[in-house]
Amino acid sequence: MADPISLSMTVNGRARRGVAEPRLTLADFLREQALCTGVHLGCEHGVCGSCTVLMDGEAVRSCLLFAVQADGADITTVEGLAPDEETLHPVQEAFRDCHGLQCGFCTPGFVVSVAAFLEANPDPSDDEIRHGIAGNLCRCTGYQGIVAATRQAAAVLKGEGQ
Amino acid sequence: MSNTAAAARYVGQSVKRLEDPRLVTGHGRYVDDIVLPGMLHAAFGRSDLARATITRLDTSAAEALDGVHAVFTAANLNSHNDSLRASLHPPESPAPPANMLADGDVRFVGDPYVMVVAESRYIAEDALELVDVEFEPLEPVVNYETAADSEIHVHPELGSNLAHDLPVPNPAQQEAFEDAAHIITETWHQHRQTNVPMETRGIVASWQPHAGVMEVWASTQSPHEMQLVGARVLGIGEHKIVVHFGDVGGGFGQKMFLGREDMAVLVAAKLLASPLKWIEDRRENLLASNHARIEQMTVTMAVDEEGNFLAADLDQLEDDGAYPLGGPATPGAMATMLYPGPYRMGPVSWRARTVYTNTCGRGAYRGPWQMESVAREQMIDRVAREIGMDPLELRRRNVLKPDDLPYQVSTGLFFETTISPEQTLEQAAEMIGYDDFRAEQAKAREEGRYLGLGMALYIEPTSMGMGPLGTESAMLRVEVDGHVNVFMGTGSHGQSLETTIAQLVADELGVRPEDVTLHQGHGSGYGFGTGGSRSAVIAGSAARGAASGVREKVVAIAAHLMEASADDLEVADGVISVKGTPAASMTMAQVAATAYQNSDALPEGMEAGLEHTARYKAPPTTHSNACHICTCELDPDTGKVTLLRYVVSEDCGVLINPMVVDGQIAGGVVQGIGGVLYEHAVYDESGNPLASTFLDYLVPTAAEVPELECGHVVVPSDTPGGHKGTGEGGAIGAPPAVFNAVADALAPFGVYPNRQPLDPNAVLSLIASASD
Repeated sequence: MADPISLSMTVNGRARRGVAEPRLTLADFLREQALCTGVHLGCEHGVCGSCTVLMDGEAVRSCLLFAVQADGADITTVEGLAPDEETLHPVQEAFRDCHGLQCGFCTPGFVVSVAAFLEANPDPSDDEIRHGIAGNLCRCTGYQGIVAATRQAAAVLKGEGQ
Repeated sequence: MSNTAAAARYVGQSVKRLEDPRLVTGHGRYVDDIVLPGMLHAAFGRSDLARATITRLDTSAAEALDGVHAVFTAANLNSHNDSLRASLHPPESPAPPANMLADGDVRFVGDPYVMVVAESRYIAEDALELVDVEFEPLEPVVNYETAADSEIHVHPELGSNLAHDLPVPNPAQQEAFEDAAHIITETWHQHRQTNVPMETRGIVASWQPHAGVMEVWASTQSPHEMQLVGARVLGIGEHKIVVHFGDVGGGFGQKMFLGREDMAVLVAAKLLASPLKWIEDRRENLLASNHARIEQMTVTMAVDEEGNFLAADLDQLEDDGAYPLGGPATPGAMATMLYPGPYRMGPVSWRARTVYTNTCGRGAYRGPWQMESVAREQMIDRVAREIGMDPLELRRRNVLKPDDLPYQVSTGLFFETTISPEQTLEQAAEMIGYDDFRAEQAKAREEGRYLGLGMALYIEPTSMGMGPLGTESAMLRVEVDGHVNVFMGTGSHGQSLETTIAQLVADELGVRPEDVTLHQGHGSGYGFGTGGSRSAVIAGSAARGAASGVREKVVAIAAHLMEASADDLEVADGVISVKGTPAASMTMAQVAATAYQNSDALPEGMEAGLEHTARYKAPPTTHSNACHICTCELDPDTGKVTLLRYVVSEDCGVLINPMVVDGQIAGGVVQGIGGVLYEHAVYDESGNPLASTFLDYLVPTAAEVPELECGHVVVPSDTPGGHKGTGEGGAIGAPPAVFNAVADALAPFGVYPNRQPLDPNAVLSLIASASD
């Protein structure tokens, strides 16, 4: 077993220092040392997308990265999206409005993925939405509410209201 | 009661979910989020062989690894438990040997034979690699179709692979067959699928020595099954086990019962007196949690010249795997008994058998006996093809109409007058534009395009009222400040009960939904939990009863304090006021403060406090019904099936929250679509599972599913709120609807499928078989 390595990163705007074995995944580091338990592990092999976080603005699967690969990075998890305790991010608000979640386990990954997707494609067609979120699995909703939420969030983020 | 509840203000509204703010921001609390001081982590070593004798098992190197606290095998764990029996499994019924860890031999790939407990999961998995184990491979029983006749026995203790054999002949059926114009036979096959909750199974157990208390956090659908069976496993009383219920990331039947791993963790946590966590990984979940739908039904139907159903003969065979989750079940008996469904089917003979194989155990999966609808609805389309009648017309001819109700089915079922199969059939046909689609299909076929339409009509027995399933309780307390806490034995894992129970309580008691918090698990009264489409009717009626009891007292206290007549008062949104004189009012908080802190001011003789417990006993069944119709286009070059439209017309009685109902339907439908077109937990001939990751086990994504259109027929049930269960229905109707659509698209080739999955390979093989 290799020796632990000291590392630091910014997580949801706060500096976090930690010590990690080289094999510790970024997901486990975020959950256990940065206390971001909204990072969910649904498969640990990079398919389900529940562990999706933003690393330097880009959506990544934190189960497929080692914590040491994120040394010095700026990480945003689902906990870092809402501006304050009383307000939801437009994507989070849309998931609530459109019943885009049931059990809620896949939701953090979806919310982060949709936020990143709409950043890259602010005016998506329905087909682009469906393919844009096809990297995340949900077993409860049949995706109906998630597609609708993505549509609503796109409109809100463009300033078109609901 | 003189004062009836206010008109529905919240029931029937798509109230936004109270669960959501925490869940969309990552602040849910799932079992893996529980961290306790000194907590250790468990990992299981599992068999890579379907059937083998363990010839060597040396754990000394694993035990010596730094950070490892204990290594358990059958030898030092299995003797420490009491009964492992699940609530639904009768004690006198035969079962595989009960063990937590494999003892001497392994019986399927994934069978746990060792458990390491260490300071981290990483170290526990390191230690598993140091376990020195040798196996002597044995020939396994993999094919369930021949398992009953095999000389090799999955469980030698039982002396047979036949778990159940229930023949129910009916001479009237044989008589009806004699003069029938048409006798048509087909064997319908479903294939191995699994529930795939996005959160895998998991448990944290913490033993408090000297106090003798086990504290448990579990990902469960049934906190009371965990409490009751957990206590039984540990040999302690139910007053010494505390089951915390947090957020649960789906289950679909898988988390109704304790797994062998849950039991092993409970026992080990007690032996070690250290908090212990086990979180299943996805590979374990796909290989060793539970599988389902491995079954076939041979159906023979007799039909007269006009297409009237005369009688049916059914032969059902299902695979129980090695260690069925929740005990060996007889879902086949239900599937055959329910086969007549929403039709005048005539007399039915049936036989249902279940067999053991060296594969992952069978467990409940959303609509566990939906083979009845799969076989029947696929058979009806097949009959329609054989006798040259339109499948909608054939259903119209045989469907139960309002005049037929109530209806006694030959298999023993009884349908009350509150079902509406004909109405949902017609509504769905209208929504899809049936005649227009047939015209479009005919035109497309001329152009060499293959469109198909499939439908499925079914009645679902929900909220079953027998045995452990029969009741739920609600303990409702208005606190001193007027806010409401409700304690229930449910286990919401996506069904939105925190919201829908709050809606029911809000209307019945006269408060706002956001003033109500639902607490599940510890502190609640016994109930079987959430599953079997039972929470709206059974738990909902209990909540209603508790709220009604408290409301009566609220009104009596307010009438006394306001010197008004109770009959003149109304209660809404936490305010008790005199009808027509809104200025004369007081708040729920004032009433509550009086009840607890100024009890001398209460009406003479009234008991202090503001709380009530109600337990609801459900009728034997509350039937909901629905019709699914979908259309598809099939690409004959690639075998790819694209779903074009999908409509559902359903009757779940009075809707508590339409958004939630539509969400339940959509989720079930997409599981059904996945089952027919994509998902397959396939084994090779040696019993090796070939789908051990999400790259092999293909759960549908947003890109594969169409937009769903839901229509509602509302015929209230006779239960207190007029509700009917609806959680499972989507997964019951979707498989035959999708299957029938693909079969219809294949019609020009003159072939007829009889098994799933209908993936591109299967579709291309069918087309190829036509040109042979």
